[in-house]
Amino acid sequence: MRLHLSPEDAAFRDQLRTFFTTSVPQSIRDAVAAHRELTREQFVEAQQVLNAAGLAVPHWPVEWGGRDWTPLQRHIWREEMQLAGVPEPLAFNTSMIGPVIATFGSQEQKERFLPATANLDIWWCQGFSEPDAGSDLASLRTTAVRDGDDWVVNGQKTWTTLGQHADWIFCLVRTDPTAEKKQRGISLLLFPMDTPGVTLRPIELLDGGFEVNEVFFSDVRVPHELLVGEENRGWDYAKFLLGNERVGIARIGSTKRMLAEAKEHARQITVAGAPLAEDPYLRARIAELENELLALELTALRVVANSADGKPHPASSVLKLRGSELQQAATELLVDVAGPLSVASFAADGSDVPEWAQVATPSYLNYRKVSIYGGSNEVQRTIIAGSILGL
Amino acid sequence: MEFSYDDEQNGLREAVRGLLERAYGDSEQRRSVVATEPGFDEKTWSRLAEMGVLGLPFAEADGGMGAGPVEVSVVAEEIGRVLAPEPFVEAVVLAGGLVADLGTDAQRTEVLGGLAEGVLVPTFAHAEIGTRWEPVARSVTATRDGDGWTLTGVKEPVPNGARADVLVVSAVTEGATRLFLVPGDAAGLTRTGHRNHDGTRSARVEFADTPAQLLGEDTGDRTATIEKAQARARVAYGHEALGAMETALTTTAEYLKARKQFGVPLSRFQALTFRAADMYVALELARSTVMWATLVVDADGDVVAAADRARLQVSRAGRHIGKEAIQLHGGIGVTAEYSVGHYTSRLTALDHLLGDGDWALSRLAASVDAHPTVDPLA
Repeated sequence: MRLHLSPEDAAFRDQLRTFFTTSVPQSIRDAVAAHRELTREQFVEAQQVLNAAGLAVPHWPVEWGGRDWTPLQRHIWREEMQLAGVPEPLAFNTSMIGPVIATFGSQEQKERFLPATANLDIWWCQGFSEPDAGSDLASLRTTAVRDGDDWVVNGQKTWTTLGQHADWIFCLVRTDPTAEKKQRGISLLLFPMDTPGVTLRPIELLDGGFEVNEVFFSDVRVPHELLVGEENRGWDYAKFLLGNERVGIARIGSTKRMLAEAKEHARQITVAGAPLAEDPYLRARIAELENELLALELTALRVVANSADGKPHPASSVLKLRGSELQQAATELLVDVAGPLSVASFAADGSDVPEWAQVATPSYLNYRKVSIYGGSNEVQRTIIAGSILGL
Repeated sequence: MEFSYDDEQNGLREAVRGLLERAYGDSEQRRSVVATEPGFDEKTWSRLAEMGVLGLPFAEADGGMGAGPVEVSVVAEEIGRVLAPEPFVEAVVLAGGLVADLGTDAQRTEVLGGLAEGVLVPTFAHAEIGTRWEPVARSVTATRDGDGWTLTGVKEPVPNGARADVLVVSAVTEGATRLFLVPGDAAGLTRTGHRNHDGTRSARVEFADTPAQLLGEDTGDRTATIEKAQARARVAYGHEALGAMETALTTTAEYLKARKQFGVPLSRFQALTFRAADMYVALELARSTVMWATLVVDADGDVVAAADRARLQVSRAGRHIGKEAIQLHGGIGVTAEYSVGHYTSRLTALDHLLGDGDWALSRLAASVDAHPTVDPLA
């Protein structure tokens, strides 16, 4: 047992901290800190800065740009990005489809897609969920039928995050409707979003933003060589991909930043002649959240320190469950610190309501999603009860 | 940062676990031990001494093993896992710790040597009615008497106060809190022992011009020393609580699988399994924080702050897990014949021995403005 980082890891952390706070444009980091919606260009620019420095896809195989870091180093990389307000490399590209292509794709697919995916020259979106297939993903009904050298895709996807920016989609389709188990007979296809027959409809969310979309497929023709891996083995690839999705989903650095922000704002607001920051109840609430977050961070460190052999640590399911709850608690705290100002979410130009207070409630409402996506918290509890407690 | 135990630490765990399993693997054995005085098993205490456990953190020159807080934590967790009633944290970490910090060569040899050999049980007589968890004495006073001192006043509740062979007593004198040694058979000492809800023992200890020996050579104020010793004991109690929480959770999970209602095992009811999952989450988060606090003690960092953080996390988790363990067992959970309620009882005692969660939170809240973020790697 040892308390501190090794000198090498401490130096690694300092290097990353310096890079993230000096090489990624301040305007982009300010936008993240202000909880502003980023433009497509800002996402691309940030990822290309990281990729040029070899920091976009450190967890990929070395031949495709990976860095062969330890789990602890990856953890430090992610936390430092979040603390510095650097937008993380697009998860659809770097955590999801990239590793799947690198692991299961053909050599031709690797060469064609991996460099462009790492550099965000191709923006990927995820075609998994459907109106009747959410947590029960295997119930999906979008079909792909073989016709000569093509697959013909029909059906509908939903909750396609940032699909409006996407160049390509990775899409789960049912290729064998007669398979005995619904997990069988599913395949993974790649195709451009501008293929004829693809229609995208944005879904407006509670925060007024358009972050997710419905995507409709009507006789979309996809060449056979864009099938990933083997026909009818798509479920295995999806499980592999979703396992990666949960890595880093705790977003501890980001929550830490929000708590620091709440403290800072509370100093600027006066209640009955004294700063809100001196209110004993608020202080206790912040102290309790800080402690919960410390416990989560230490748990994440335990998990990364003990997962070097490739097997996930049992406590890793705690990270998504608790990480999402604490992200939500931090956004709620910001709304409460904003108080009456929090109501004026869409104040006009020239309003004196500060930007952080304007975005507080939309952000709080938007963050309801984090306990739903990536395997809802109820799914996480089922995993803990079943695979850890044996219930 | 590294959270795994080395081979020697794992060996210690196996040895202590084996000994305590033999003594308390069946909860009936514990029930009969705590039903009779002094509330723990003198033979088990001797065996712990033979194994070197009672001298673990003390210098070899004082008769100890020269180990550190990580080894202490391993033992405390095993104590908690079977609710062994032997006063390990009270005697070794708290009372022994104070003697190790301050005692003269002769005092260390006598008290720590005797403790390590298993022939002398010390306790820290500190609590006073009307105060809570402070590192200062208020109502017990010390008066100079020639070359020595006498104490007057009441300490209550004193852990194992009736059984202890020597008491480390805090007393106020000349505006300062100082520490004294009082043998159990001193003149002017009245000890009235009783059983606590968790099976352990406490006593009312009255001093009436009781002769006492100053602990250590100089007469400085000992508040800071007491605060730090309490913090180390808080962390060790945290490990005891982890052991207890883990058993409470596994016992509950086994029960959910075994017990049938409406013709199916309870584990078929999602409302119940989700609650068990939340118990696991609370346990693992508490475990991370307590392990970290032990490493802070080991590195001699900000021990008091780390102990407060661990205390808050363990207090919340202990209450949650203890209450849920009983509820998920149903009526059997509140019977004396079944073990799980005793875990909740002990967790409740541990929560209040050296400061509960709200108390720790209140201290942490006072300093919340002193840092933008909490960094365990700083």
